[in-house]
Amino acid sequence: MLDTVFWPLVKIVVLLNAVMISVTFMTLLERKVIAWAQSRLGPMRVGPYGVLQAFADPIKLMTKEDITPANADKMMFTLAPILSLVPAFVVFAVIPFGDDPLYYVADINVGLLFLISVTSIGVYGIILAGWASNSKYPLLAGLRASAQLISYEIAVTMTLVSVILTAGTLSMVEIVEAQRETGWWIGFIQPVAFVLVLIGGLAETNRAPFDMPEAEQELTGGFHTEYSGMRFGLFFLAEYANMIVISAVVVVLFWGGWLRPFPSVGALALLDYIPSWIWMFSKMFLVLYLFIWIRATLPRYRYDQLMRIGWKVLIPIAIANVVITAVVKVLL
Amino acid sequence: MPEAYIPVLLFVLVAIAVAVGILMFTSLIKSSKYNKVKLQPYECGIEPDTDARGRYSVRYYLIGMLFVIFDVETVFMFPWAVIMDELLLFGLIEMLVFLFILVLGYVYAWRKGALEWV
Repeated sequence: MLDTVFWPLVKIVVLLNAVMISVTFMTLLERKVIAWAQSRLGPMRVGPYGVLQAFADPIKLMTKEDITPANADKMMFTLAPILSLVPAFVVFAVIPFGDDPLYYVADINVGLLFLISVTSIGVYGIILAGWASNSKYPLLAGLRASAQLISYEIAVTMTLVSVILTAGTLSMVEIVEAQRETGWWIGFIQPVAFVLVLIGGLAETNRAPFDMPEAEQELTGGFHTEYSGMRFGLFFLAEYANMIVISAVVVVLFWGGWLRPFPSVGALALLDYIPSWIWMFSKMFLVLYLFIWIRATLPRYRYDQLMRIGWKVLIPIAIANVVITAVVKVLL
Repeated sequence: MPEAYIPVLLFVLVAIAVAVGILMFTSLIKSSKYNKVKLQPYECGIEPDTDARGRYSVRYYLIGMLFVIFDVETVFMFPWAVIMDELLLFGLIEMLVFLFILVLGYVYAWRKGALEWV
């Protein structure tokens, strides 16, 4: 009982707290990095260098009025943010943050499949939000968002097949172990897959340059136009939690997870004294920084361009990548 | 190994509890001032006179159907990819036949213009 329920529960609570705290600081980091990219200072008023802004924002969101529009579907309107937040949290169950069972909640043998299926549930929250609002902008944005998410999901899922071919397992822990055994991070063996998953990840999390569902110039606030207060806060939390998940997935699948650089080179064994979770978190931070950097750099795609890239560019490349990987694997 | 899924189940329950708990907690401390205008849907200041749920482009339906077809076929490739070490040439040929049929459907959808957005 203690091992099957109590300790996992402690780990879950710690992990969820860590996720929520890092989401608040993630927003601060994003504002700061984009400000620096545009030669501004960013938030500076709250605390030294605006550090306490990370706490001021959630407090403001919590105390704001939470309006339900008169002709919205009341129950669905409340259900939508919950439905979008829960999958974003649950995915963290299968992500290994370190080499010890202490650092992950569950190591299930279909980890990657679980991850793909649970992240897909998030799309229900978005389409439900658009539908329940009973307002033009959220409806259009909800439709766009769901079409975008399912289009890019095909490309990403197809790409992950080639990663599984390389690693030979679906368990997230064993994928990292496979990278330790071969001594090669899969990112070096499958660079095309890495780029595809990165692009798909940006699209799945509605990040720039694929942030069509929230294109404020044409759809005002996107699918959460009608949301205010903490129900909007839940969507916000879900979006940034998804970003953290994607960064963790990219690191585990392509950049060796918790492994140190060059895991097979004995001369660098000194680096093993750095705990495994520090490697994991620093790599995740780099990927998250890359996401923000891309947002500060690239303009938004048009919607038809976005669908064209998803269906006509990414999917053929992904299929070709799977075939080439399989052929090479049989030949070697 | 069904025991491995107990933490996952716990995680789902905790996540639901957190999401609902946040909403319940904030409903205690949030400010609220009733105003009829606030409850209108946002429409750039114009009072909406019709229901928002009207017709929308059939392409969304088309994309939805294509998604179901392609995503299910991709899921079939997962078990194949895991045991590829044992199947080798046999598995490769089998999957190439499967992929050929998949690509055939994909090319057909492309030629029919199902992937065009404008």
